[in-house]
Amino acid sequence: MMEKHKSKSNGVSFWAKKLKLIQSDTKHESKRYLGWENKILEPWEGSKHVDGRGRIVYTSEYALEKDDSMPGVYPFTRGIYPNMYVGKPWTMRMFSGFGTPEDTNARLKYLLKHGETGLSIAFDEPTLYGIDCDNARADGEIGKCGVNVSSLKDMEVLFDGIPLGSVSTSMTINAPAIILFAMYIVAAQKRGVKSSSLAGTLQADILKEYIAQKEWFYPPEAHLRMIKDMMLYSVKKMPKWNFISVSGYHIREAGSTAVQELAFTLADGFHYVEMGLSAGLKVDEFAPRISFFFDSSMEMFEEIAKFRAARRIWATVLKEKYGALNPKSLKLRFHAQTSGYTLTWQQPLNNISRTALEALYAVLGGAQSIHTNSYDEALALPTEDAAKVALRTQQVIAEETRVNDIVDPLGGSYYLEALTDKMERDAYEYFHKIDEMGGVLEAIKKGYLQDQIANASYERQMRLERGEDVMVGVNKYRDEKERPINTLKISMAAQRTQRRRLAQVKKTRNVAKVRASLKRLRKAMESKNENLMPYVMDAVSAYATIGEIVKVGRDVYGEWKEPKII
Amino acid sequence: MASGRNQKSSRPIRVLLAKPAIDGHDRGVYVLARAFRDAGMEVIYPGLLPTPEEMVRIAIDEDVDVIAISLLNGSHMTIFKKVMELLKKNHAEGIAVVGGGIIPAGDKPMLEKMGVSGNYGPGTPMSDIIDHIKKRARESRSKKW
Repeated sequence: MMEKHKSKSNGVSFWAKKLKLIQSDTKHESKRYLGWENKILEPWEGSKHVDGRGRIVYTSEYALEKDDSMPGVYPFTRGIYPNMYVGKPWTMRMFSGFGTPEDTNARLKYLLKHGETGLSIAFDEPTLYGIDCDNARADGEIGKCGVNVSSLKDMEVLFDGIPLGSVSTSMTINAPAIILFAMYIVAAQKRGVKSSSLAGTLQADILKEYIAQKEWFYPPEAHLRMIKDMMLYSVKKMPKWNFISVSGYHIREAGSTAVQELAFTLADGFHYVEMGLSAGLKVDEFAPRISFFFDSSMEMFEEIAKFRAARRIWATVLKEKYGALNPKSLKLRFHAQTSGYTLTWQQPLNNISRTALEALYAVLGGAQSIHTNSYDEALALPTEDAAKVALRTQQVIAEETRVNDIVDPLGGSYYLEALTDKMERDAYEYFHKIDEMGGVLEAIKKGYLQDQIANASYERQMRLERGEDVMVGVNKYRDEKERPINTLKISMAAQRTQRRRLAQVKKTRNVAKVRASLKRLRKAMESKNENLMPYVMDAVSAYATIGEIVKVGRDVYGEWKEPKII
Repeated sequence: MASGRNQKSSRPIRVLLAKPAIDGHDRGVYVLARAFRDAGMEVIYPGLLPTPEEMVRIAIDEDVDVIAISLLNGSHMTIFKKVMELLKKNHAEGIAVVGGGIIPAGDKPMLEKMGVSGNYGPGTPMSDIIDHIKKRARESRSKKW
């Protein structure tokens, strides 16, 4: 949603027109419904309207007037494939990472052995913030929230013995994405696996970092340039690689509503589309490899409607605004993760039931891959046992419930269709508003999106404090005497191992080669249009560390401080 | 202005709220900042990723009653300890330190011993946290004057 591509005719933007059109579609209460409400419902207790949604029952007036599409057919509201899970179940992709690369390597192999179908790597905070393990700032944090990777050596250990040519790997990495991406490619190449055969996903969504998760090094423009470079590189050389996973998960976990998650994520997605267009690509060259990542939280219908609305909006906007013709460009593919925020520290076994429900919503919403949280994750990273229960939860849904037998079994539900329409409408209101502010980047710089999320989060907390919203075991049904459960402890040994390995790398690498590669990288960063990918690959091959590479960027681009919102 | 003492003791409680480590998950601190402010406190929030050194310097410069530190990333045993050592080194032990975040029950006695009280986990009613901060602020002031 950058100024340049705003398709204005007679001064009215695409978003304004679209919003007007959608609002004119809004249904008003019919005589039939009002008659029923007055004569039949009124005398009954419980006729009070729920949650400001206006109705407690939905009727056939809400059914499919506007969008009666089939699965696998534009606008893909009912799913991006005609046969969905009947053809192939979703990928069970468990987000894993802790301690040393050896620790995580063992966990990945454990999960593969127990039926996991795709890998997903969690990195620790020093790695996410581009800080080497031997930096004093990393003290006490190494391997605590994910696996530590400081140099190519760690990446080699992390994937040792895992068939990179046949398994797909998702990496949750954003600010230093270009470095970890380069390491992954180089580690594979060293084992004789060509980059063209690598399949997987790089999160690399920096906009949601500024909005929600707050992990960045440089000003947004610098990070966006790196994403553009990764996009160009992947489009040319890695046909099976998703160069970005536009993420709503973090926006939601930071406290947004479901509608905000939907709207802000798609707004980010449109920004990346415009970035690709500005870089000279045709929309159908790169849009098919844009993937998404959403939260699956506790409110059943709202979540399912969110997934359906996301697909419909993406397809519509890509077609109508950006002129995409390739059906693959129009299909919104997404990974879903059950909500970490909804897990409770109290009575943690209850979290198994929460996660099971949330995973079911993701299935009913048509997710392509799912991560289920472990019941102990409000307390720590998951133990092996807890991670297994989480994986088994997906297997129970996939193989016992038979929800897979029918494509979009909830399609046509009066309420779900009405809610899908409503969320779509609310999202377009945000798109219009963001566009009026000058686009998503401007909205971020003004702190608007961050402020919206903080307000929603505060309101939610206050509802919990007042007992209006319930979290079982937390503000209702509390147990005074709880027995603690076993949790995973990351010992300081991980820190020692990592520092020892990095010292070894630094001792044995060719320092002149490292310096020369960093010097070339610096020059490329200073130039406007040079693609940084080969230079970063060159530096990581010479065993330059994450911290060293990030420092070059800091020198060239400087840092960024977020706008104050409180 | 009249001499500071009475003025000072009647001024609102001043809290430095910080996440002094590599941890950008700020949903909780934003909620706390607003709740503390609504409870009549002055809240100083230094933004993300202050080092313990920066945080202690701000606490001293701003003459706060309480430092409320929160970490969700499992590094509390290292970082909280560093904060306490720095306060001592700078002769600022009078400032009360209250902790929170993802802190396993087993770590709490050690933290208490270091002087970090509270150590609240998720789901703690806001009023419990606010009452505790008020209590620690009163203690901190009575020690100062």
